[in-house]
Amino acid sequence: MLELRDITKRFGDVLANDRVSLTVAPGTIHAIVGENGAGKSTAMRIAYGFYAADSGEVVVDGQARRLASPHDAIASGIGMVHQHFMLVETMTVAENIVLGIEPGSPLALDLNGAAARVRALSKEFGLEIDPAARVETLSVGQQQRVELLKALYREARLLILDEPTAVLAPQAVTDLFRILRGMRAQGKTIVIVAHKLSEVLEISDEVTVMRDGRVVGHRRTAETNATELARLMVGRDVLLRVVKPEAKPGGAVLSVRELSLKDAEGGRRLDGVSFEVRAGEILGVAGVEGNGQTELIETLAGLVDRRSLTGAITLGGTDVAVLSARGRKERGIAHVPEDRQRRGLVLDFNLAENAILGVDERPPIAIGPGRSWLDREATSRRAKKIVEAFDVRPPDLSLPARSLSGGNQQKLILGREFELPPKLLLIAQPTRGVDIGAIEFIHRRLVELRDSGCAILLVSSELDEVTALADRLLVMRRGKIVAEVDPARTSIEAIGLLMTGGEAAA
Amino acid sequence: MKLLRELLFPLIAVAAAFLVGGVLVALVGDSPLRTYELLIGSALTWPDGIGYTLFYATPLIFTGLAVAVAFRCGLLNIGAEGQLYIAAFVTAWVGITCAGWSAWLLVPLCFLTATLSGAVWGAIPGVLKARFGAHEVITTIMLNFVAVALASYFTQYHYKPPGDPILETVPIGEGAHIARLGRFIPGFPERIPLNLAFPLALLVSLLVYLFLWRTRWGYEIRATGASPAAAEYGGISTGRQIVLAMAVSGGLAGMVAINEVMGYRYRYYDSFSAGYGFTGIAVALLGRNHPVGVILSSLLFGALLRGGLFVDIFTENVSKDLVQVLQAIIILFVAAEAMFRGPFARWAKRV
Repeated sequence: MLELRDITKRFGDVLANDRVSLTVAPGTIHAIVGENGAGKSTAMRIAYGFYAADSGEVVVDGQARRLASPHDAIASGIGMVHQHFMLVETMTVAENIVLGIEPGSPLALDLNGAAARVRALSKEFGLEIDPAARVETLSVGQQQRVELLKALYREARLLILDEPTAVLAPQAVTDLFRILRGMRAQGKTIVIVAHKLSEVLEISDEVTVMRDGRVVGHRRTAETNATELARLMVGRDVLLRVVKPEAKPGGAVLSVRELSLKDAEGGRRLDGVSFEVRAGEILGVAGVEGNGQTELIETLAGLVDRRSLTGAITLGGTDVAVLSARGRKERGIAHVPEDRQRRGLVLDFNLAENAILGVDERPPIAIGPGRSWLDREATSRRAKKIVEAFDVRPPDLSLPARSLSGGNQQKLILGREFELPPKLLLIAQPTRGVDIGAIEFIHRRLVELRDSGCAILLVSSELDEVTALADRLLVMRRGKIVAEVDPARTSIEAIGLLMTGGEAAA
Repeated sequence: MKLLRELLFPLIAVAAAFLVGGVLVALVGDSPLRTYELLIGSALTWPDGIGYTLFYATPLIFTGLAVAVAFRCGLLNIGAEGQLYIAAFVTAWVGITCAGWSAWLLVPLCFLTATLSGAVWGAIPGVLKARFGAHEVITTIMLNFVAVALASYFTQYHYKPPGDPILETVPIGEGAHIARLGRFIPGFPERIPLNLAFPLALLVSLLVYLFLWRTRWGYEIRATGASPAAAEYGGISTGRQIVLAMAVSGGLAGMVAINEVMGYRYRYYDSFSAGYGFTGIAVALLGRNHPVGVILSSLLFGALLRGGLFVDIFTENVSKDLVQVLQAIIILFVAAEAMFRGPFARWAKRV
């Protein structure tokens, strides 16, 4: 159905695709895996006509095609669902789907005919989407299905999905996979770009592994396993399991009582939340994204308006609810935010400048009268220490943080927060968008920090991660803590049910 | 290498502007080469050309720095014009009120007055932004009108010499004068108004550099400008940085008063500013919001102002508006930098 032959693509000095060749057989689900920057998305964007290859061919149905734009790709029967949806939220499903190929004349848009076709397609592939619904009222999973419909409406026979599960709750992933299998049964061909190996093994028929812009392996899914794929992806053996000794928790470090947070409309983003985190334990918080976990972390870090808060937050017995973000940092509350590019780093600052974010007022960084001068030597000493201890690459302190990969950005933040040193670490989505090799490293560092006696509050929407790392696990839904479970003894499915309140589709 | 890369795009913008400007000159029927020869040649003669170029560059260095500091905090200060008017009037007022004082006291006092009054006027939009979220572009523009009107009012009704047809105050005391550079440089006549404010502007540029890149305040201002969410995360009070940056910015704009009132006219003179505050925006933009860039682009714009006069007089069809056209085109090209990205980026990378 689709074949890439010796595709090479260069961006400046970076060789994004180096003689990439792969064949996608018709009627199969073909996974492309690799770490960030391995060139998966680039290859797929070339197949979709988004980029032009420097050399090599895209072959569709046995014929070499010149795909100068996505328009050409669509004409050849190729559709793509991007990681970030391209939908106009205030318009209806049908309006979104016909966008760019509006039926009828410019003066009389034939939306009814389109809606009927959308409804038929939706039924045929089990998508359960109402063409008259406004996109903004749909869940993320449903919006993704609108994107699928968009491609199907344009008569795509091959669908490329870029990291489709990254944004979905576990139940929604199950639904998506059911839909994809249905499409395969109807003769569609599917290419799925992914980095979660368990999902790749579950859904695909064949896997192509990429590393550093090259194809390093091709396997039938039935004949491979996670360990082999991880080794191909990273180029060395990777420990996929978290190794962690029994926790030896001490006294309570953080105690939260009846914490509530109102948003601007008066809705409760946090609703009577109470819990404790003890020294030497990792308390996990699981939940579908947008159920208050982000707000919980930001509230504890001192980043929300105190006037919208009620309840008590104490650290080691002293009230910290009245303290500013800086005051809390000074008392040893470290914070690794979920949005590392917007919150965690000043992307245009270099590594050294980022290494002192939050401690720029403290000696030995700040010196002189009124602590007004920044000691450049102390700054680079601190930065160097972090970069070495956390293996941030490339270790060039004068580079802007923007130029680092996601994993290295995260290591820089983690290193900075570990250097505080923390009594309590608030950490959200520690490995989102981070390569497998770095995930292993970050997990190990977190367990080490725990064993040194730090209390850790961990929020993650990756259930595998949060159950593997946490010693105790809270489940949050709609701003409330709905359960506390022992992650070692509770199945992922049971936790998933608690997260969604038993509703199957999210 | 890095410096060269930083300079590349501004230089391309200037070159492109001269090219387009040359076409315009040819269209109105004059020789582009001869016009540019006049424009540049007259700005570089010794002592008058260079003296006036540096004199015109002085206020632009101050306003350029003002805009650059605000910009580093993510703020667009369109109010340098108002800040320098307020500072000029208040400085003149101090110079008039304390006319009998000795220069040892009065000069530092007037320096301080110029800076502080500009800073206060600049801090107002800062506070409005930090406390109430009022957009600084709107408030600074509006405060420009208020500043100019206030200064005119006090001049007209309280400090104008009786019977003077020109809207200006009575002269400031001799103790508030600063020396013209002609006094120190042999062969450089004192009639050229270039004064101590110019070396002061260079010194202040250095101080601004140290402030932004070596002090904690500068760090926090830049963090606030580069990423407010990350600054907040780092425990920086972004509101405080906004007020601080606007105050520093206003203070820098206020220093124009030192050049104009203490070094040149020795009084407050209504509508003395040839849009220095606004040209400061262009200066900062072309100078990439860096003190060194600000100095270089101020020199360029100063030279254009000087040369423009000669173009006006000695060409048939080209008026001194050519300078404004050139300025505008330079800014257009700087703003549309992406235009050059394609053809020049690869070359720039190798440099």
